Amino acid sequence: MTAGAIASVAGAGRFVGQSVQRREDPRLLTGAGTYVDDVSVPGMLHAAFVRSHVAAGVITQLEVDAAGALDGVVAVLTAADLNRSAGSMQPTIQLHDPANAPLRPLADGDVRFVGEPVALVVARSRAIAEDGCDLVVLDIDPTVPVLTADAALEPGAPLVHRERTSNLAQEQAVLLPQYDAAKAAATHVVRETFSQHRQTPTPMETRGIVAIARPASGELHCHLSSQNPHEARLVISRATGVPEHLVRVTARDVGGGFGQKFLLQREEVVVALAAHRIGRTIKWIEDRRENLIASTHARVDRTTCEVALDAGGNILGAFVDELEDAGAFPVGAAGGAAGAVGAFFPGPYRIPALSWIARAAWTNTCPRGAYRGPWMMETIAREQLIDATARAIGMDPLELRRRNVIGDDELPYTTPMGMTYEAITPAETLEQAARSIGYDEFRSEQRRAFDAHGLLLGIGLSLYVEPCAMGSMDPLGTETATVRVQPSGTVIVSLGSGSHGQGLETTMAQVVADELGIDLDQVIVLQGDTDVAPYGRGTGGSASAIIGANACRAASAVVRERACEIAAHLMEAAPVDLEIVGGEIRVKGTPARAIAWTEVARVAYHETARLGPDMRRGLEATESYTAPPATFANACHACTVEIDPATGVVRILRYVVSEDCGRMINPMIVDGQIAGGVAQGIGGALYEHVVYDDAGNPLTTTFMDYLIPTAAEIPEIEIHHIETPANNPGGHKGVGEGGAIGSPAAVFNAVADALALVGATVTRQPLGPRQVLDALAAVGR
Amino acid sequence: MHEHDVELTVNGEQRRGRVEARTTLADFLRDHLGLTGTHLACEHGVCGACTVLVDGDAVRSCLLFAVQSDGAQVTTIEGIGPAPGELGPVQRAFMECHGLQCGFCTAGLVVSVTAFLDEHPSPDPSAIIDGLSGNLCRCTGYQGIVAAVRRATELRRESHAAGGAA
Repeated sequence: MTAGAIASVAGAGRFVGQSVQRREDPRLLTGAGTYVDDVSVPGMLHAAFVRSHVAAGVITQLEVDAAGALDGVVAVLTAADLNRSAGSMQPTIQLHDPANAPLRPLADGDVRFVGEPVALVVARSRAIAEDGCDLVVLDIDPTVPVLTADAALEPGAPLVHRERTSNLAQEQAVLLPQYDAAKAAATHVVRETFSQHRQTPTPMETRGIVAIARPASGELHCHLSSQNPHEARLVISRATGVPEHLVRVTARDVGGGFGQKFLLQREEVVVALAAHRIGRTIKWIEDRRENLIASTHARVDRTTCEVALDAGGNILGAFVDELEDAGAFPVGAAGGAAGAVGAFFPGPYRIPALSWIARAAWTNTCPRGAYRGPWMMETIAREQLIDATARAIGMDPLELRRRNVIGDDELPYTTPMGMTYEAITPAETLEQAARSIGYDEFRSEQRRAFDAHGLLLGIGLSLYVEPCAMGSMDPLGTETATVRVQPSGTVIVSLGSGSHGQGLETTMAQVVADELGIDLDQVIVLQGDTDVAPYGRGTGGSASAIIGANACRAASAVVRERACEIAAHLMEAAPVDLEIVGGEIRVKGTPARAIAWTEVARVAYHETARLGPDMRRGLEATESYTAPPATFANACHACTVEIDPATGVVRILRYVVSEDCGRMINPMIVDGQIAGGVAQGIGGALYEHVVYDDAGNPLTTTFMDYLIPTAAEIPEIEIHHIETPANNPGGHKGVGEGGAIGSPAAVFNAVADALALVGATVTRQPLGPRQVLDALAAVGR
Repeated sequence: MHEHDVELTVNGEQRRGRVEARTTLADFLRDHLGLTGTHLACEHGVCGACTVLVDGDAVRSCLLFAVQSDGAQVTTIEGIGPAPGELGPVQRAFMECHGLQCGFCTAGLVVSVTAFLDEHPSPDPSAIIDGLSGNLCRCTGYQGIVAAVRRATELRRESHAAGGAA
């Protein structure tokens, strides 16, 4: 018998679907949060890193005695101390991938990017640790670095990793004869090359660790700023040799991540190794300079793409050649996301034939890591190619999209790469966004403003389909929840997630309160701690609404069933006749026959004599949910801009999002996720740019150089929803990354549209004043 | 290293400490006084996360040495509300309008907005944007924050009308 057959929850939907205010907020608004740097332990030591100041070279001298002799310095550790005894640092998902970059705790004999950790100074205070770093003598004999993916793949290029035979980190290709046939039959073939530049997630809270070693028990308790505590525990266990059950990872409040904190990085591993080795507690908090030069960088893609169309503008096929810069030690994939760019390129369009090549190269630069929409280059390249194609064949880009977007009547639709879309609405979001931004009116106004005043106005559209919560990729598709009713009737939900701004303590409580028919304030959600939660795959990849909420639902259903069995026994009723309403379990149609939820809980633990002899004591359940191979979310972004031809400054006039993330748990939080992603995309398209000089020295090492947008740069973002339930019990889709995926191409296309008025073209981001002025100058403006 | 005695009033309480000259006010608040609600996100005065009130003015506590604040009246996020655990109008507005996600920049924003509204009780939209432009937030896209400032002006007005403290 299923839980659903026993009792319906009359209160379902009381909380899910509502913009409930967040449980997290009171503590965060009063300074009572616990971020990793807020953790202090008696006797705690502090650490700072000595890092390479050279992009590539051989270490000729590493002299630590003076630092070690400084009053207050406890230890100075180098590769000689830590590397030999360290186990694997590879993340679990690529533990056995032979193509991995050769990770290492500290640089050993040579250095491979500016910022690579070379030594760790452990001292009584952070200030003394930094003083100690200044006393470490590090001499490096520089060699010629490779700083771009192109340079890395030149024949005879210096090797980034001498353990490998080339700098090619990844190469995949799917070349199908169908595309060649499509191209041969085409009326138009349009080919473009687009580049995306180096950016960094740079969450407001940098990374950090407090590693508490307890030599007597063998335990190692690490407080981290992490999106993914259980994975961090596995890596720390493998690296230190401390068995998994003796490693605890806690991440209480996490100040943003955006992918950067999804997989554990080397500094945290080094500090955990050091704490384990010296048997003391060590805190390390990354500073902003370290975060900007040596945490993870992202994007740095170049895509050559080609589309073949018939005379009517119908796409017959596409070809993609993606090259990405993986940095020296890419975090989380052997190369990066290159393969996904090829495979996901068709997105929301009917593209019957596809060929693709994807390569990634190691370079002597900061490691590439996940950043909100790690393979978004598929959307950027595709959407920018659609606009370029529209201009080339003399069709409006909205019309070209209309002709090729997958319609409702074509679903389910299977892409050439075998992905099947079911509940997506790209055509609907396209129309909603176009209508909301007043597409046709803007086109008239654009023409008039240009003809009358020479004003450069532009409009850009960007459509995407995002695969969320990949059920086929262990462990990314599964979440497990424990729902534990206390003797008082209050409920503790524990989950292996790592909320870092998404408000999962609120949304997961909404789901459980609805499922159990009790009040929201009777439910608390605990997560971010390997000791309180079942194994989980953390928060990232636009997945928690799908796998977290449905795991909560599954565990709640079992608890509900058991609670109804107890109530049925106590009231001598049949479980099938019961319903849960407002904290009571009652006989349907006979409200007088009811028993309080709190009484059921009390009986389950403290009055068990009232239960039947075969009935289970206690009231809790642990259940897992595994998502389908992929759950697709989709959206259309629309943006209008004005370019100042004198300064090259791009001003965003309006920004509209029409999105479908399925059934929303908390619309306020959904809107917040989208707006935050859009701001990061706008920042990336217009302002943010990590720059290296010709020797591989990072030039953007502070927030004065790496320009994340302020309130003055971000316009009002107008968000519209289409709620098409996905194929899972809650009907949810992911929403964390979409805002960031859709926005760069919308902004780019708007700028390109404005520049096209005077015949100017752009193919690269960022579109800062310099780049815009250069584009105008190239056509004599 | 030579140390100095400092004495200041923090959230209405007299506090003393002995600090190195290089100790910032932010580190003094966090490490010496245990007031960890003040966050450090750039340590060079750009992001505004560490903003506190010093004698009523919004100040970046990463750019001020503790010795420079000797004798000052300092208010941190822990002291900005009406009572421990209670939310003032700016804090309430941030909660109502989803003006925070990860919460790391939030203390600096709440303190900055409090000081801003003290000076500009009825700001127009462009003044609000100007007032916010010294604080970086990486999560919200500023939508909820801008809305929170508008809402806070209403809540403060209601609170004043009711005779309560702002």
